[in-house]
Amino acid sequence: MGFDTAYEAIAEESGDQRWAFGTGFSSPLAGVDTTVPDGVAGTDLAAYCLMLGDDALIMSHRLQEWLARAPELEEETALANIALDLLGQARLLLARAGHADGSGRGEDDYAFGRGAREFRNVTLTEVTDADFGGLIARLLVFSTWRLALLDRLRSARDPVLAAVAAKGVKEVAYHRDYAAQWLLRLAGGTEYSRGAMVAGLAAVAPLTEELFNCTELERRLIAAQAAVEPASFRAEYDAVIASILEMAGLAWPDSPGVPGVAGQCGRDGVHTEAMEPLVAELQSVARAYPGATW
Amino acid sequence: MVSLAARARAVAAAVPDPELPMLTLDDLGILRDVSTDGVRIVVSLTPTYTGCPALREMSADVSRQLAAAGFADVEVRTVLSPAWSSDWITAAGRRKLAAAGIAPPGRARQRAAGPVPLTLTVGRVGVTCPSCGSPDTGLTAAFSATACKDLYRCRACSEPFEHIKEI
Repeated sequence: MGFDTAYEAIAEESGDQRWAFGTGFSSPLAGVDTTVPDGVAGTDLAAYCLMLGDDALIMSHRLQEWLARAPELEEETALANIALDLLGQARLLLARAGHADGSGRGEDDYAFGRGAREFRNVTLTEVTDADFGGLIARLLVFSTWRLALLDRLRSARDPVLAAVAAKGVKEVAYHRDYAAQWLLRLAGGTEYSRGAMVAGLAAVAPLTEELFNCTELERRLIAAQAAVEPASFRAEYDAVIASILEMAGLAWPDSPGVPGVAGQCGRDGVHTEAMEPLVAELQSVARAYPGATW
Repeated sequence: MVSLAARARAVAAAVPDPELPMLTLDDLGILRDVSTDGVRIVVSLTPTYTGCPALREMSADVSRQLAAAGFADVEVRTVLSPAWSSDWITAAGRRKLAAAGIAPPGRARQRAAGPVPLTLTVGRVGVTCPSCGSPDTGLTAAFSATACKDLYRCRACSEPFEHIKEI
């Protein structure tokens, strides 16, 4: 029995041409009404979706690097699941950006067609983790911050963004629980595991101030009730982190925030040196096979 | 006479879930609407999890099954809001899950006003072992092979099993 391609042979039984489960992506917003609400500037909304989408995309990529590196298979599965949730959020948000700015660009155009300086993620998402303790500290800060943000975004003017946020709240709440439970376990474990947790917190502390900055673009959208003021949930964020650290018998490291470059940070496209290699790897297949579909 | 939309709905409702083939899309509670203008059939599906790669497969399967049943013009739409809840899994779906050795979800926690509560206890109490029926079980991993499940072990019969997470 002959087949023209190996893929055909694999697909023989089901009679379709897809060669693996989960391939053949179509727009994640198929059939969703993507009209931009009155009073909201489409270009601003698109830029805001890129900020939130890039946070998810870049964090997801760093989590994926933990596959085959995690201490146990169960944790590898957990990190893969968290990465997948965030990738799903990123796909919707990047697709939303392409509809909102009228450019018609798709998720792949944004993920694979931009240089590192064009990404708008906060720098917390792009840095590498020294070890598992470092990852847990970063995941706890990121998910506590993102959960509070998405929770408020549920009532944003754009119904697409509000729906993505409402779904994301359920997912990110689970990520935060996972990170908080691991922080307690590491802090209450051996001297070594506690030391790793302390060092992890020290590494992420300088990057947390940036999470509560507000750009001019966000201010315009806040005025149009289409975005969330990061400072508005600072108290909630601080209370959650404080309650976990208190239980762990740890203190938040006293550390000044990184000022960025001339006051500019990730939201302005000013990134750390970790970003260029990350983007190069993220885009390597798309660059090697221009126009490829998957 | 059964309406066009009702006939199309019956076909779409019977499509099996690609990851949990013992369940239909209707059992899983992701088939939100089937409507028609007399020509085109519009099927609305909602994802269980944002990143669930199975949604695309479900969409293709629905189109294929409807085409096989004689519906040539089919559009499958994604509905994002309200977000899927495990509470939408039907009673029949829960029975099929348990019969397949997967513990069905309990009630999802209702959200009170204020911040999303932090959960620091590990696992739920009273998840029933699908093999021996004992409620003496414990969580072994908070995530599993698919986004919608976690892993438990029965302390009575020692059998490990999957459980659908409550969301």
